[in-house]
Amino acid sequence: MVLAMSSIDTNTVWEIPGERAPLVDNHDSLSTVTSEVLQAAESPKPPLGWYIALSVSSLLASMFGLMIGYLFFTGVGVWGNANPVMWGFPIVNFVFWVGIGHAGTLISAILFLFRQKWRTAINRFAEAMTIFAVVCAGTFPGIHVGRVWLAYWLFPIPNQMEMWPQFRSPLLWDVFAVSTYFTVSLLFWYLGMVPDLATMRDRANTKLKALGYGLFSLGWRGSTRHWHRYERAYLLLAALATPLVLSVHSVVSFDFAVSQLPGWHTTIFPPYFVAGAVFGGFAMVVTLAVPARQIWGLKNFITMRHLENMNKVILLTGSIVGYAYSMEFFIAWYSQAPYESFVFVNRATGQHAWAYWIMIFCNVVSPQLFWFRKCRTSIPIMMFVVMCVNVGMWFERFVIVLSLEQDFLPSSWAYFTPSWVDWAMLVGSFGLFFTLFLLFIRFLPVIAIAEVKTVMPEADPHDPRGGALEHHDDHDDSGKEQTA
Amino acid sequence: MTTLPDFIRPVTEGETVTEAPAVEKAGWGLMAEFDTPAQIMAAAKSARQQGFRWWDTHTPYPVHGLDKAMGIKPTILPLLVLGGGATGLVSGFILQWFTNATSFDFWALVPIRGYDFLISGKPLLSTPAWIPVMFELTILLSAVGCVTWLLILCGLPQLYHPTLRSSRFARATDDRFFLVIESKDPKFHPERTRAFMESLNPMSIETLED
Repeated sequence: MVLAMSSIDTNTVWEIPGERAPLVDNHDSLSTVTSEVLQAAESPKPPLGWYIALSVSSLLASMFGLMIGYLFFTGVGVWGNANPVMWGFPIVNFVFWVGIGHAGTLISAILFLFRQKWRTAINRFAEAMTIFAVVCAGTFPGIHVGRVWLAYWLFPIPNQMEMWPQFRSPLLWDVFAVSTYFTVSLLFWYLGMVPDLATMRDRANTKLKALGYGLFSLGWRGSTRHWHRYERAYLLLAALATPLVLSVHSVVSFDFAVSQLPGWHTTIFPPYFVAGAVFGGFAMVVTLAVPARQIWGLKNFITMRHLENMNKVILLTGSIVGYAYSMEFFIAWYSQAPYESFVFVNRATGQHAWAYWIMIFCNVVSPQLFWFRKCRTSIPIMMFVVMCVNVGMWFERFVIVLSLEQDFLPSSWAYFTPSWVDWAMLVGSFGLFFTLFLLFIRFLPVIAIAEVKTVMPEADPHDPRGGALEHHDDHDDSGKEQTA
Repeated sequence: MTTLPDFIRPVTEGETVTEAPAVEKAGWGLMAEFDTPAQIMAAAKSARQQGFRWWDTHTPYPVHGLDKAMGIKPTILPLLVLGGGATGLVSGFILQWFTNATSFDFWALVPIRGYDFLISGKPLLSTPAWIPVMFELTILLSAVGCVTWLLILCGLPQLYHPTLRSSRFARATDDRFFLVIESKDPKFHPERTRAFMESLNPMSIETLED
């Protein structure tokens, strides 16, 4: 079946597998793909919206920096963290941001292993999102250690005190998990970008660009002997990143689950955290993808089919999260442990019940709209749902951490109130995230150009559109020749 | 008046000058440009049949099956990555065992001494608690090793290469496909190789200079 390639309505989604919407719309040559993807990075001036967005977000990022400075000079007392909630916003923000990152790795690694070709259009900026989210995430525990000048105690560095980290602690596992996650994500992202950086080098119109992109593209020249190893390396990295991403949020959940507190000490935590991370991360990808495709004109690559697929993942993972919420209640009742039951009843009816019900509405109720295709393919409804999920996933971590409010000693019970610094840091971390993201959109290839080309029929040597003769008698059999 | 040696004196009027015989310049190699993936696939198959050894194809994306058509052997990379992973696993164990369960000391620029942490009566050799860090280090060293070995095997970074001097070749990262045969190939012959390339019906043929 040959799909009509010209003037396809980008908002059409076919459900019949044989007649699925093509992955790249309105392109029938490789060259136009290159120039359309790179127009954001190659246009002499970005649109006005970019300047406005960058000034707002960099202002917020600077505020984040100022707040960190204020924290360093004054001490952690500037936060609302106080007995019994010693873990307040910093850990909530940390878990929130690490979770956001997971969708990027899921798209780039797990969907790659599952041969989901639609991922090629969104993997690059989903990976960028991962890295920037992990940067934001890493900041919070880094500044939460109190005496930041002693942060090197987190790492096994030989020192004059002959002192080592305590490797039986989940907090130390977290140090290794998050730093490994950041390093591997960065390598994966960079390696995927090398061929596209070479494309930018070869199209550079200024000396500075040629030099910059030239250095970072490492002299890539598209050699098949290199591609052969490159594809293998990419597959291996995907295979390594897959268990890694599952381990990272599992280890993050161990921060809670290994402690012996009711409401935290449960075996459901690792899978529940991973599903929640993917859920929240996909919502963030959609949040970023919808305006990006609008502003930069990437609708031919990030089609409605891509958005719809992501919304399906949101529905699935949202349902897993909803299941986990109800299962926690069931186990609390079924175990007949009074403390466990108290924690959960208190979450839903106690002093922070409003946060709990915001979480339930945002994470469990709102994604149900995605059962309907009309909602999955409508930009306004989609944006409403993903915004709900962004808020809801932050509140999920808030609710979990605030189990600390009512601990074992009723005399120490309290109502947690965040300080203005808490809020400023939360908002500031978004500023940092969006600043990095906007710079990425402006200076780097937002879509994996080389990868997108491989899913076009024009790239297939056995397709008439790739120059093959109509009869397929010269089908590739040289592999057999070689082994013979 | 001194007469200048022959090779620099100006030609005097009426003198006949014989052109030096044209020396076929071999250069670094020959490059043929193609428009479609099907053409480069066919070109690669023919080049392989001709028995060239120092040759390559350059494409904007990995053309499916081209590596097989060229007869490229499977890469050793997975084994090297396995080595990286094994190193990470073992070093993760040794690191945690040494720092948390021993009291050995040795000298490596600074005195380094293990410390036998006794935490709430747990065994010193608490392997289950060490699994997360062992796992993370396995992944970390595999991934770092994977990228490092990839670059080493590909000879990258290589910021200079004769192909990169060609302005036509800039489209190898956009939409064109190139066959490059180096002049150091034992089967290379300036004219015959060019004739072979012409038989493949390319868009252009270019001599690459080193």
